[in-house]
Amino acid sequence: MIDELAEKDKKKEKKKVENQEHRGEARKIEVAHHENEGEQHSLKMKAEGVCAWFGTKQALYDVNMAIYEKDVTAIIGPSGCGKSTLIRCFNRMHETVPGSRFAGDIFLEKDSIFDPRMDPVVVRRRVGMVFQKPTPFPTLSIYDNVAIGLRLNGMRDKKVLDEVVEKSLRKAALWEEVKDSLQKAGGALSGGQQQRLCIARALAIELEVLLMDEPCSALDPISTTKIEELIHELRQNYTIIIVTHNMQQAARVSQRTAFMLNGKLIEYDATEKMFTNPENKLTEDYITGRFG
Amino acid sequence: MNPSAELTDNGGAKPRALPLLSFGKSGFADKFFQKLTAFFAFLILFLAFLTALTLWQASAPTFHKMGWNFLTSSDWDPINGIFGSVPFVYGTIVSSMVALFIAVPFGLGISLFLTELAPMKMRDPVAFLVEILAAIPSVVYGLWGIFLLAPFMRVHVDPVLEALGGALRLPFFKGPSTGLSLFTAGVILSIMILPTITAISREVFEAVPNTYRESARALGATSWETILLSVLKPSRVGLLGAIMLALGRALGETMAVTMVIGNTPQVSINLLAPAHSMASVIANEFSEAVSDLHISALAEIGLLLMVITLVLNIVAHLLVWATAAKFQK
Ligand SMILES: Nc1ncnc2c1ncn2[C@@H]1O[C@H](COP(=O)(O)OP(=O)(O)OP(=O)(O)O)[C@@H](O)[C@H]1O
Ligand SMILES: [Mg+2]
Repeated sequence: MIDELAEKDKKKEKKKVENQEHRGEARKIEVAHHENEGEQHSLKMKAEGVCAWFGTKQALYDVNMAIYEKDVTAIIGPSGCGKSTLIRCFNRMHETVPGSRFAGDIFLEKDSIFDPRMDPVVVRRRVGMVFQKPTPFPTLSIYDNVAIGLRLNGMRDKKVLDEVVEKSLRKAALWEEVKDSLQKAGGALSGGQQQRLCIARALAIELEVLLMDEPCSALDPISTTKIEELIHELRQNYTIIIVTHNMQQAARVSQRTAFMLNGKLIEYDATEKMFTNPENKLTEDYITGRFG
Repeated sequence: MNPSAELTDNGGAKPRALPLLSFGKSGFADKFFQKLTAFFAFLILFLAFLTALTLWQASAPTFHKMGWNFLTSSDWDPINGIFGSVPFVYGTIVSSMVALFIAVPFGLGISLFLTELAPMKMRDPVAFLVEILAAIPSVVYGLWGIFLLAPFMRVHVDPVLEALGGALRLPFFKGPSTGLSLFTAGVILSIMILPTITAISREVFEAVPNTYRESARALGATSWETILLSVLKPSRVGLLGAIMLALGRALGETMAVTMVIGNTPQVSINLLAPAHSMASVIANEFSEAVSDLHISALAEIGLLLMVITLVLNIVAHLLVWATAAKFQK
């Protein structure tokens, strides 16, 4: 049994190596990019041949994508191209949609998140998510909104909870604004504050990867700037994948950018390269605003 | 300029309102319809007011004779002209409570299953089946109650409850039972209010934006935790509304209850004993009332029932609206 698993692992390794060779070009650029930054980033997540369906409608076609640790990866593309569907595959949220189907594989470090031994609940605790519309739980206080993730994990120790709530709110740059009103309802905050509350809520569980689906599209410019600054901060400790419709935002916050069209990953490269010298004509057309 | 040229000039971009469907520039028709609908709305209010007024006037003789004793006395003796409403109020409220006790868990379970867990294809057919229960006339429930439910309760259910009551020293279940009892009435009522609870709570659950469920799931909540956190908690108030509307229906139910409750005006903590209800006593005694005072007493019971159900329904509606408004923000 153990032998069998080891065998499987080896096969996966081999597949990975092949895949990296296959993407030789992308790696070169990435190395250059990292020399600029002066740090070594390792592989955090990897999508292999990801296909996804809603009923009979296919939304993703054979997406292969490597996510590097402590990078911000932006996903851009016209509406309906499958950006949300793709990131929802990264924490197994796609399968919660009735009638959905999935094929391919996604790895979180060494493990496939679709391994039968992997509990989707555990995957979602390691790979957190922030949605387009801020979604604090309306009946819970600010404090409870942040603490809920830990409570779901069975944490009851008030001291630990207090500590984590403060730490998470600080990380989400919200602490100063709410520290005197922690018992107020989460829904009573402004839209931008609610979104940062949702980020704090996600950070309160010990997550490694943060998925953000258009986190700023419901927010005003000032709140947007705050969230973007926050993303820069969070990058020190977390791996971030952000879907955005705003090309400038992608350019500002991300190190790598993926361009999608009609459910296919068209091009995926260092952000600089994508925005200055894309390989693919379609990418260029999209970035220069010729469609989408 | 010919008309077809004009049509093409406009293009598909700005389709004009068809002359037949527009009400003209003055907006007279609009105003007229507004007035008309407002009139109908007020007419209904007026009718309700008129009903209450009539009952009030009709109940004057009893009120004059019994005073507030009508509300506190449990003697009901038409021959001697003594009227106390307590046994009927008691029977109505207790049978309705038994009904809620049974129907609420079932109804919430069904609607949670239908909105959260059941496969899409199953949802509408099952909901339809449950809601069709509401279309069965209550006299049919009553017949079913007399011929099937009451004997079944007497033979199979009540003995078990008696044994249970004996073992736990509960005063609620004492034999011998005839099958015609408060408890049987409660069971029939629970079936009759099940569609109300299911339909309204389903509406309340469906009003909860999907984003709440998604964010609970994305935090690593299990299915049950997701339901508890993002569906049940935010809809507490709306559910209270659903339950109160169902209670309103149970309180006013007449035929089915009359046929199985045993029609005995007594106040007993024993649920297996026969009892009476406000609606049943009116239905049973009105046609053979022995005196004007008797009729007046029945009218006063009617007034009491109307006030209780009205207040309940108003509170319930306010609660449901309050939750709906909360989510629209
Ligand atoms: N719940 C669903 N049921 C059926 N089809 C869906 C569902 N969600 C998405 N789709 C379809 O899948 C495709 C991809 O949708 P997705 O939401 O991933 O697009 P997107 O790139 O995130 O678009 P947007 O920028 O508008 O958010 C679309 O064609 C959409 O119609
Ligand atoms: Mg989307």
